[in-house]
Amino acid sequence: MTLGQSLLEIRGLQVDFEGFKAIDGLDFDVFEGELRFLIGPNGAGKTTLIDAITGLVTPSAGSVDFAGRNLLLRREFEIVRLGIGRTFQKANVFEELTVLENLDLAANFRQPLRKLFKRRHGVLPEVDESLTTIGLSEYAEQPAGVLSHGQKQWLEIGMLLVQDPQLLLLDEPVAGMSKTERTKTGALLQQIAKTRTLVVIEHDMDFVRRFASKVTVMHEGKLLKEGAVADVQADPLVQEVYLGRAHDRRTQEPVQ
Amino acid sequence: MSIASIRKDSTRSAWIRRGTFLAIGLLLLVVAPALLSGFRLALLGKYLCFAIVAIGIDIAWGYGGMLTLGQGVFFGLGAYCMGMMLKLQEVGPGRLPDFMAWSGIRELPTLWKPFYSAWFAIPAAILVPMAVAAALGAAVFRRRVRGPYFAIMSQALVAAFAVLLVGQQALTGGTNGLTNITRILGYDLNNTANRRGLYFVAVLCLGATYLLARQVVQSRYGRVLMAVRDREDRVRFLGYNPTIIKVVAFSLSAGMAGLAGALFVPTVGIISPATIGVVPSIEMVIWVALGGRGTLIGAVIGAVLVNLAKTSLSEAYPGGWLYLQGLLFVVVIAFAPKGLAGLAKLFKRRTGIAGQPQTDGSTVAEPPSTGIAEPARISAK
Repeated sequence: MTLGQSLLEIRGLQVDFEGFKAIDGLDFDVFEGELRFLIGPNGAGKTTLIDAITGLVTPSAGSVDFAGRNLLLRREFEIVRLGIGRTFQKANVFEELTVLENLDLAANFRQPLRKLFKRRHGVLPEVDESLTTIGLSEYAEQPAGVLSHGQKQWLEIGMLLVQDPQLLLLDEPVAGMSKTERTKTGALLQQIAKTRTLVVIEHDMDFVRRFASKVTVMHEGKLLKEGAVADVQADPLVQEVYLGRAHDRRTQEPVQ
Repeated sequence: MSIASIRKDSTRSAWIRRGTFLAIGLLLLVVAPALLSGFRLALLGKYLCFAIVAIGIDIAWGYGGMLTLGQGVFFGLGAYCMGMMLKLQEVGPGRLPDFMAWSGIRELPTLWKPFYSAWFAIPAAILVPMAVAAALGAAVFRRRVRGPYFAIMSQALVAAFAVLLVGQQALTGGTNGLTNITRILGYDLNNTANRRGLYFVAVLCLGATYLLARQVVQSRYGRVLMAVRDREDRVRFLGYNPTIIKVVAFSLSAGMAGLAGALFVPTVGIISPATIGVVPSIEMVIWVALGGRGTLIGAVIGAVLVNLAKTSLSEAYPGGWLYLQGLLFVVVIAFAPKGLAGLAKLFKRRTGIAGQPQTDGSTVAEPPSTGIAEPARISAK
């Protein structure tokens, strides 16, 4: 994987929730073509970081630049149109629409309103391609509500792919998935990373070890450590953060 | 299910739909005029006006999740635009409508002047409600006012509108409204043939509204609208601006209500604040709820059936209707949140008429969200 220049550049980011600093002076860079994993204990501010990048929460200080453009104070849909797509911890597909309609909906977000008043005839090539990539072709005509949890997460990823974003931000895409589903998802992410930049929040250290090249560890709203998986795991500070919080269920996952 | 069988299936259901559309058209255009007396036909015409309102509400509420409890505003704007033109044509140029003379007005108010022209008044009956809805929608949807808050706001709006109409006695005819409308564009409305002509216009307007609404809800825009209804925040992160999507649907629904109001005035011969206030606005939503929101035909059937029942029952037991209407509404919400259309679908599924062939014969469960036991969904979504 060749790393290009900095695609996402965050400096001195601060997010306050009524006095509580969810993100506290964070500097964070993502380079073009990366598959970056973002880990850290609960409450470290990982999801808040994605929320701040995508416009869901407004930072109180700092800057977020994407491909040279400032993202702060832009509305959510404008940020999406600049080329950043995201998923949520809970799959958020439109259950009453078919799988195909979900993808078609995502694919047409740049169309001017008047063009939207036409009916869909046939299947757009990028939608068809995405259906194959996420392996849901046989469910195309089914309402998305019938999909399993894992399939819904794949549909979410498929909906991002048809939008052709430069940067994908995935919030725990494999949470709640079976072992085989995790493996499939990991392969899918690596395939996507060939042409795009990904930031993936993940708790499952086993999954991170298998699929990550570079990992960023967050703790209490700050960047704790960044580097290769092995280096990060060997770091005594990281170990303390994870192991020192025995009440956190997720810390039972082995760190070394 | 192979692609070919999907196509075959959809062409068959398309033909069934076209057939039903033609049959209803035939019923309304040929059978009803042949069988019904002039009085009954005019009543049916009135129901059809209400059906146009219902289609609009279905777009806003059934497909867009905007529970508009103030559709009377847009119905009223359309009706008053039309009523002003009809009054002016009634009295002739240079003279004042009767109620203005009683209020001591000597000269025609500026607001009324453009309504001499049908070229202005009839488009205005549709465009004014659309513009008001668009301005209002842009203001509130941008601030993410939705759910019950939007419903309450729309209700407050119609209450204020009714107060305004009553208060501006000299401009609007006050509580009495615009009455004694007997002519339209030179045609005498007491003449049976002319009344019948007006009825045909109402049928055609309903047909056109239905086809337009169908195109809207079946288009990609319709899918986005449903997505906004179910998960507005998610739609934002797909790069759409939900404000614009909702404003368009709300404005469209207002335009339909305006058209219905414009047809209502010559059909009934009067428009007054009592026809468009808080209670009538809630009734309009009840038609859609009973017929089945989220299906256009359900909205039409709901509007016609509820009003038919209202007329028949009020003739037999004056005063009894309100109780029955309340009871019907409670029963529908408790037992059939998708209305009559939902019951019909359920019946079809049970009897296997429309059993959908599934992929490779394996049974795939229906999405839980279309189930009948789902009273939570009736709420102000």
